[in-house]
Amino acid sequence: MNFMKYRIVYFAISAVVIGAGIFGLIKWGLNFGVDFKGGASLEYKFEKEISTENLKGKIEEGGIEVTAIQEISGGAYLIKLQTISQDERQKVKSILEETSGGAVEELRFENVGPSIGPELIKKTFYALAIAAGGILLWVTLQFKSFKFGVSAILAMLHDSLVLIGGFALLGHFFGAEIDFLFVTAALTILSFSVHDTIVVYDRIRESQKRLGGSMYGLANKAVTETMVRSLNNSFTIIFMLVALVLLGGTTIKWFAIALLIGTVSGTYSSPFVAVPLLVIWDHLRGK
Amino acid sequence: MRLSSPVTKIILIFILAAFAGLISLPKNLKIFGKDFTRPDLNLKIGKISIARNFDLVLGLDLAGGSHLVFEADVSKIPAEKRQNAISGVRDVIERRVNLFGVGEPNVQTASFEGKDRIIVELPGIKDPKDAIELIGKTAQLSFAEVAQEGEEQVLTPTDLTGADLTSADVTFDQTTGKPVVAIEFTDDGGKKFAELTGKNVGKPLPILLDNSLVSAPVVQEQITGGSAVISGDFSVEEAKTLAIQLNAGALPVPISLIEERTVGATLGAESVAKSVRAGLVGLVMVLAFMVAAYGGLGLVAAVGLIIFGVLTLALYKILPVTLTLPGIAGFLLSVGMAVDSNILIFERFKEERGKRPLADALEVSFGRAWDSIRDANIATLLTAFVLANPFDWQFLHTSGPVRGFAITLALGIGISLFTGIVVSRNLLRVFVREKKQ
Repeated sequence: MNFMKYRIVYFAISAVVIGAGIFGLIKWGLNFGVDFKGGASLEYKFEKEISTENLKGKIEEGGIEVTAIQEISGGAYLIKLQTISQDERQKVKSILEETSGGAVEELRFENVGPSIGPELIKKTFYALAIAAGGILLWVTLQFKSFKFGVSAILAMLHDSLVLIGGFALLGHFFGAEIDFLFVTAALTILSFSVHDTIVVYDRIRESQKRLGGSMYGLANKAVTETMVRSLNNSFTIIFMLVALVLLGGTTIKWFAIALLIGTVSGTYSSPFVAVPLLVIWDHLRGK
Repeated sequence: MRLSSPVTKIILIFILAAFAGLISLPKNLKIFGKDFTRPDLNLKIGKISIARNFDLVLGLDLAGGSHLVFEADVSKIPAEKRQNAISGVRDVIERRVNLFGVGEPNVQTASFEGKDRIIVELPGIKDPKDAIELIGKTAQLSFAEVAQEGEEQVLTPTDLTGADLTSADVTFDQTTGKPVVAIEFTDDGGKKFAELTGKNVGKPLPILLDNSLVSAPVVQEQITGGSAVISGDFSVEEAKTLAIQLNAGALPVPISLIEERTVGATLGAESVAKSVRAGLVGLVMVLAFMVAAYGGLGLVAAVGLIIFGVLTLALYKILPVTLTLPGIAGFLLSVGMAVDSNILIFERFKEERGKRPLADALEVSFGRAWDSIRDANIATLLTAFVLANPFDWQFLHTSGPVRGFAITLALGIGISLFTGIVVSRNLLRVFVREKKQ
């Protein structure tokens, strides 16, 4: 099949998706969680039904600023506050017990000081640099060609942008947060992205050795040959992730969604971004 | 039967899988109303004894517990002595936590860009308030003398401090019934104390903790026995905390809590139950998909995938891997990825089948697919390496959950290479040959 003929269409699709993400990123920014921003995130289960408005008022009467309160599942509520002291923590708990008039169980308590965030950003940057650099080196060495490496890295950048832009939108509309686990997902996506790309490149390399010919033809052949494998493999990963999103509980829901976005984008970007880039590179060099 | 024949290999693989299956099973199992208990491993070969119970080790987010990060203030310590001070802090905290009675606590240090941190993990602690109080206090005990300067009374600290103690215990005052802390001095400390009490008969001898007054008993007579009693206005809990702090020693530098993450056991158990359910549903979907897409070949992949799951679980228990919630996600993800090598081979097999005899086509497919499988997985292993940070590089993340994810993902990939190549390959060799005959 002549996949490469429609490369402009693929780039246009990517541009629309990434464009929407960048729009969200500029307009609303990212919704950083306590890991980055500092603050407290508390999860309580109440025996009796409560009103979030009432609860918010009561806590603020106690002199503690409330960022958000939301119900997450039957009887369990997530309360976000500024970083609090141990005394304030006890105070919040007694306010909750008093307000709800029943037993209150602390499910989860996170309290992060403001100094942690900047460190996390730096460490994330180092991790990204090492992982991306290592992958570039590996692909370049493996295919003995810089253009393969650069195209793979550009596809990787594409997937990262889709993920980050996607989370700007999800953060604004559904309250998805950028936390520790998001960083983990983003790094994992790097390898997913390049995983499929390597499989297609491998095919191109193999045909190049045996048959030779133009990159355009080789690319079409390789994409055609690997399409079913690429889709089938992504399906199995998507099955596991969708099960995790729907059934896995709130703590890792957004983590699984981040991985899901990355998997879909990674599957798309290998034949429709990484390979067309290779074709265009070759075309430009040929002139 | 030759050892290298596929049939022999298959038998060996199934024996391995059966052992792994045994290890993977929960410790107590009810089958048809009968209880089965998996025996613990208790091997003794010569001088080496191996004892293992093969229970899954759950991280704080699944078992419940508290993760605390303290920052040490080393600003008043000369740079060359900081390293010592920090390891001193760690040792003191470790002693305090052990005396507090937490099961399997973990205390480690981390330093990044001049900031020194002490990470304390306390499994099973639901309300860490007391633990934080216990760990965070410097607990520098000192005895002071009172001097009269004009109208004012001035406290002058002596050289008798908490370092001169051998032990501290909670007892109860026989007249008031209130909890007090009984302390024993070292020989040297006892002499200092005798000298001090001898000098101050009839005067108060204030006892200070971190420069604030705990009590100021009036000395009745010289005390030479080498022991004393601190009788502040304590609750039993406070007396216990003080006794632990005195026994464990004072912190060389002050520390403050900068991060706390506590997960209740209820939420942890709920997370485990939900992930297991999600995993089973996902697994069934993957198995069904493989059979639907590849028929008989898919069945081989399904057997391979089940062996993969059993081997992986067994390995978690043998190593052992501390399983966290992201770790479970990593495992589930690797289940989805594990069939990739099978899919690569099957797709190759479809192409090659038309060109040459079946058995040859199979071998060629394995050979050709292997390059892709290896190259593609090395990239993922590289990322997993950065995330797992096995050498504790301080410029990378050292967070437990992230590591848990990376370790299970990396193990999953490793084992999937084994099951994808060795297990499926030999199963297929037998399968294809049978078909041919």
